Amino acid sequence: MSTAVALEPVIGIEIHVQLATRTKMFCRCRLSFGDPPNTHTCPVCLAHPGVLPVVNGEAIRLGIVAALALGCEIAPRSVFHRKNYFYPDLPKAYQISQYDEPLGVNGHFSVLKPEGEFEVGITRVHLEEDAAKLLHLSSGGRRAGAEQSVVDFNRGGTPLAEIVTEPDLRSAADASEFLKQLRQTMRQLGVSDCNMEEGSMRADANVSVRPVGSTELGTKTELKNMNSFRFLERGIEAEIARQTGMLEAGERVVQETLHFDPATGELHSLRSKEEAHDYRYFPEPDLVPVVPGREWVEQIRTSLGELPVDRRRRWMNELGISYEDAEVLSETTELGAYFEDVASQVDAKSAANWIRGELRSQLKDTGDTPWESKATPERLAELIQLVTDGAIGSSAGQEVLAEVLVSGRPPAEIVDEKGLRQIQDTDALGAIVDQILADNPKETGQLKGGKQKLIGFFVGQVMKETKGSADPRKVQELIRERTG
Amino acid sequence: MEALTAEQSIAAITSGQTSSEELVEEALRRSEDDPWGAFLALDGERARRRAKEIDAAAERPPLAGVPIAIKDVLSTRDLETTAGSQILKGFRPLYTATCIKRLERAGAVVVGKTNMDEFAMGSSTENSSYQLTLNPWDMETVPGGSSGGSAATVAARQVPWSLGSDTGGSIRQPASLCGVVGMKPTYGAVSRYGLIAFASSLDQVGPLARTVRDSALLLSHIVGQDPRDSTSLDWWKPIEVPDTERLDGVKIGVISEMLENGIESGVKSATEAATATAAELGAEITEVSLPSSRHGIAAYYLIAPAEASANLARFDGMRYGARAAADDLLEHYERTRGEGFGPEVKRRIMLGTFALASGYYEAYYARAQRVRTLIVRDFGEAFEKVDLLLSPTSPTTAFKIGERVDDPYAMYMSDICTIPMSLAGLPAISIPCGVADGLPVGLQLTGPAFSENGLFSVAHALEQAIDFDALPETLS
Ligand SMILES: [Zn+2]
Repeated sequence: MSTAVALEPVIGIEIHVQLATRTKMFCRCRLSFGDPPNTHTCPVCLAHPGVLPVVNGEAIRLGIVAALALGCEIAPRSVFHRKNYFYPDLPKAYQISQYDEPLGVNGHFSVLKPEGEFEVGITRVHLEEDAAKLLHLSSGGRRAGAEQSVVDFNRGGTPLAEIVTEPDLRSAADASEFLKQLRQTMRQLGVSDCNMEEGSMRADANVSVRPVGSTELGTKTELKNMNSFRFLERGIEAEIARQTGMLEAGERVVQETLHFDPATGELHSLRSKEEAHDYRYFPEPDLVPVVPGREWVEQIRTSLGELPVDRRRRWMNELGISYEDAEVLSETTELGAYFEDVASQVDAKSAANWIRGELRSQLKDTGDTPWESKATPERLAELIQLVTDGAIGSSAGQEVLAEVLVSGRPPAEIVDEKGLRQIQDTDALGAIVDQILADNPKETGQLKGGKQKLIGFFVGQVMKETKGSADPRKVQELIRERTG
Repeated sequence: MEALTAEQSIAAITSGQTSSEELVEEALRRSEDDPWGAFLALDGERARRRAKEIDAAAERPPLAGVPIAIKDVLSTRDLETTAGSQILKGFRPLYTATCIKRLERAGAVVVGKTNMDEFAMGSSTENSSYQLTLNPWDMETVPGGSSGGSAATVAARQVPWSLGSDTGGSIRQPASLCGVVGMKPTYGAVSRYGLIAFASSLDQVGPLARTVRDSALLLSHIVGQDPRDSTSLDWWKPIEVPDTERLDGVKIGVISEMLENGIESGVKSATEAATATAAELGAEITEVSLPSSRHGIAAYYLIAPAEASANLARFDGMRYGARAAADDLLEHYERTRGEGFGPEVKRRIMLGTFALASGYYEAYYARAQRVRTLIVRDFGEAFEKVDLLLSPTSPTTAFKIGERVDDPYAMYMSDICTIPMSLAGLPAISIPCGVADGLPVGLQLTGPAFSENGLFSVAHALEQAIDFDALPETLS
């Protein structure tokens, strides 16, 4: 291949999110992370003879929530299959999963970027159960040089939603941003806590490279299980670079599964037995098809409310706040609601600044969240209004906020009590300015003669005279009027 | 003591003539003396304790402490449950199957677990990895299978009734060969929770008894939805114990394909005689064709092994059951499964794995499912014309031990008359309708889904008219 041809990466992502149910997918064992091994098991999730799976209704509901949030059509009938493979972490020797009749199909998800937004097609959302956890131990309890393998069945049977995208992503950064916003959506809708370190969100990426303008897909490789956004981004970048290098050198990319080692930045081929595995899928005869009623689905759709991406877009378009403000303030549903409440009472940009700036930094010490603090949206709005109106200065505002966070009292009350109110009366302030100008005839003359830096001197004198209760901007204005 | 039916036993206990303790003691005595090899395990201590409790209770439960035997494919807490396989030797389950819990709550007393073909795969109980079961009518013949132990124990009057499981005929065929009543309910009527799976889309628990009334009584206590089995059905109309005498206006269709080649003449003539009896009772007899049923065996031997291949993959010796000594993991798996499963089980696992393999799925499993749909349609069309269908249960009477073990195909043909009903999920009952060369012949009646009550009524009327009162030779 000629090096003159520009190449573009084509990326699709497969995400597994652990559904935030109380119990497992097909039995009533409690879900837990970090409990002692094998304390949440029963005959069903240990695959004892004669047991049967029963679908967790809450998992179906959360799956529908996820699928609807991703703009999918909910299948009027979806079917569980058995995916057969024999491995110690899978006690039935088959995983119950959805195959050719998944819960949701044909979706799309908008991803916001500072320069605009792009859309990622969602191929499917389906439900399945997780495998148990294998631990490889040596006599010293270390993984290296494992002498024995043990199984913790606590995780076995955990409900998962698998989300598969179309190959619509064109850069590692986009892939990472997509995943972040997907995570935000899933978290805010209560679908999953999406904790990558704990494994409640896992992502695999399919990566290929092709000449720009081509509509055909190149040979893809699959990058497995990257457990942070940074690793995902770095892994994809490394793979794009590797494939690009190969194509430019006239080599052919081989379809394989790769593992990214964040320590070395290298990609290793996983020559597992899993590859080219025949899973012998067939419909799970122990379960009946999932047939969610139309009304139920519509009820769930209504309950979703405004999705995080829509909220962010609206804030930017209608409230005029920046991409970054919107990104930070939409981090959680609670913070978003808090911001909206404040922004409905005062200027939205000021609200964003105060929440992201002073409020956040003052709360750092206590560890409180804004919505749990004594600075209720009303109190904060009152405070912002006082500053905006010039009734108090911004440093006085900081002082008042600190007091509000302690006592929750109305800011106006605190301002009066502490005598922080700025002199707003133009006549009264004008008289003081006149007096100061008269007391300093030499400097007044120089200022009138154009020595602008003396303005600072006069403002200082006025502030001194008023014991800091004048609005410095106003003072400056009055001095200019008289000397300009 | 004369061996009472379940109904007679309940009456005798209720009237104070006898007690649960006495009947359970008698059943245990007869079951310990077990020349037929019907039982794999007896649970005397618990059965005696349970009987005492029931006798002492202020209120007598509906089944009054009548003893019952359970096919070893049903999970019984703390009581060894092997499904006839070495791979579950010594396995004591952590829980009891829903249907047994229901029976125990209704006052039945489990005396023991009966022999069966390994994992219910077989038609003679010769595939049990533990022992042979002999037919009480002729100790040189098989009792049928796979619920051979449950059929033989009832025929031998050890217990009045038992539970079996039927996947392609495993209740009806042994009932037929042992001269007792055996009933496979509509798929979903009885919870499968605790039934060790062979072919999940076909397996169904049902009663074996000496009378139709006992069968209905037993079924009435185990039907109904179970939150632990998603395929179990809400059974809104109770199963009634029948007392019908006449069949006026009942339309019975004789399945023409099932009186053709391969049906023994003795079986055919007994079936024809029973048909004539039905007509005398007022039934309208017509002939009905189920053209697709010819492909039943072929479809069944793809679908059932396919499901079995997945169901049996869990037996790896790791979490329960027998475990072979080995130096490494692979050897452990290979030896545990290699030694734990018998030849017929291995044959079906391989067949099923092959039928599901990518590249073969369409040609085998998917096509078999389409045949299944055609068979369902055939039955549907038949039931537009008639109320129920009549056929032999088994093409032959009990065959000699060893006669078919080396010929799987001949063995598979034992279920030619019972498999189509299983594929269609329909209720069917086998009642004894005569004797051919000293061996009982079974008559099969099949109804549409949920027609259990109608089926029992017709079966009861015929049973009364046929008055099958022959006693197995080994007992007389
Ligand atoms: Zn469990």
